[in-house]
Amino acid sequence: MGIRLSASERVFGIVVIIILSLLGLSTLFPLVHILAVSFSDKAAASGGLVTVYPVHFTLVSYKAVMADSAFFHAFGVSVERVLLGGAIQFVLTIVSAYALSRPKSEFRSRDVYMWVLVFTMIFSGGLIPTYLTIKSLHMLDTMWSLVLPTAVAVFNIIVLMNFFKSLPKELDEAAVIDGSGPWHKLWAIYFPLSLPSIATVTLFSVVGHWNAFFDGLIYMNDPNHYPLQTYLNQIIVQAAQPTTNMTPDEIERLSKLSDRTMNAAKILVSMVPILVIYPFLQRYFITGITLGSVKE
Amino acid sequence: MKKRVSVHYHLMLLPTMALVAAFSIYPLFGLMLAFQEFNPGKGIWGSTFIGLENFKYMFEIPDIKTIFMNTLSIAVMKILATQLLALAFALLLNEVKNAVFKKSIQTIVYLPHFISWVLLGGIVINVLSLDGIVNEALGKLGISPIFFLGSNGWFPGVIVGTHVWQEFGFSAIIYLAALTGINPSLYEAAGIDGAGRLKQLLYVTMPGIATTIILLLTLDMQNVLNAGFEQILNLYNPMVYQTGDIIDTYVYRAGLKELQYELATAVGLLKSVVSLILITISYFLASKFANYRIF
Repeated sequence: MGIRLSASERVFGIVVIIILSLLGLSTLFPLVHILAVSFSDKAAASGGLVTVYPVHFTLVSYKAVMADSAFFHAFGVSVERVLLGGAIQFVLTIVSAYALSRPKSEFRSRDVYMWVLVFTMIFSGGLIPTYLTIKSLHMLDTMWSLVLPTAVAVFNIIVLMNFFKSLPKELDEAAVIDGSGPWHKLWAIYFPLSLPSIATVTLFSVVGHWNAFFDGLIYMNDPNHYPLQTYLNQIIVQAAQPTTNMTPDEIERLSKLSDRTMNAAKILVSMVPILVIYPFLQRYFITGITLGSVKE
Repeated sequence: MKKRVSVHYHLMLLPTMALVAAFSIYPLFGLMLAFQEFNPGKGIWGSTFIGLENFKYMFEIPDIKTIFMNTLSIAVMKILATQLLALAFALLLNEVKNAVFKKSIQTIVYLPHFISWVLLGGIVINVLSLDGIVNEALGKLGISPIFFLGSNGWFPGVIVGTHVWQEFGFSAIIYLAALTGINPSLYEAAGIDGAGRLKQLLYVTMPGIATTIILLLTLDMQNVLNAGFEQILNLYNPMVYQTGDIIDTYVYRAGLKELQYELATAVGLLKSVVSLILITISYFLASKFANYRIF
């Protein structure tokens, strides 16, 4: 600023940095702790010796995870779900957003479609009717139960639609003069100009599919069909939960029994895909958040 | 010519609408279950209607009031705590000039938002268990171990706290956007008039983001019945039903575990209707006072 900061200003600046650093460290702490546990040996982890660095460093837990075929089978189901579900959502989001971004003068029923989609976002049949629908369509225990009911992501459609609308009208007019039809315009103009927005919604849909666990839990009867998150919910979370009539001693034994280091390793391996795409996500997601921002 | 073009747009929306019809519209007929005595052999189209019997039965369940109150109190505490910390965080970050530090902190605090509650739940169970690191630290201070996830007194606090941990950074994004929108010349003018940091905060910053704060709280009204289904499902157990059971977890257990389809549908329908009313009111207020439009 050119002006020398006064002493109190400098103290203020330092205090702000300290508070923010503490906030950042406490956010990171549980994740770092889990990382440290996963690389520690069992005795050290259950003895409560591990804080933020591994004690008696070992790769035993990771080796055990690598050899765990059930874990990798579920991992594979999740990958399949992300690829198939992501691809379906990708195509549907782009074509729907494009059609809905057209002005009313060109597409008179636009508002009707829009209201139907928004209605589905704010009111649904709820758990049981949806479950019975999937059941009556004979989709239980199939991949379709995970990728079709989630295929229409209204929020993503609106984000992309708003972006399409913000592109200059002149491009559209020029393309029409050159004889482009709606599909060609979408492919040759709107799609390439919207890559950052398309990347945003695609990443959101990938994260959504990777993280979902509840649909896998209710639609899959055969544990062999569980996606990774559902599988982990069963072996880490449900297994660790006490039931009503347990004495405190029994609860303590239960928690001792749970394989801390192995679970930590499984949690971290399952987090890897998110960590890999996180840098890309971070570059784009701000645009997604400001959806429905205040307009003049 | 124009009419011919719109055919293509109908075509583009056809697959989307087919899926909406199958997975969003068709299940709405299933809501009839709430007014029926379900006969699995005959399905929803053949079962007998019994009027409001299921709702009457619902209100006779002793736990139902507790469940509604748990939902409401956990959700409201979450909203207030998250917005408060997000706002404080955004204000502090806004004071930082060092771009690298700023970016690093943001990278850290946004991360938990993208991790599923299955994994976060596994981490929380590990950290807060009887022999977890928190109790280990308390032990060093001479405090006997606390069973955070098994005690009715602690459970709601754990739910709110871990939710704030996951979301405060991400919720701050909108505040940060609003803060960058404040005209810098206002700060210069205030500085020349002799206003220090605190006065600038009170008279320039706060009025500058007041609309955003009110808008976010208004929009959060929609969530007062959403206490966090996936989070609670991954953290709760029968010992903490008294303070931790919420509408969504109850509907899941009553419906899919105990197969009381009619009761679960009735409870879910009640929640959906109240939510719909809240959403309508909140959008009405947001569009009237802040000119907010979703599309």
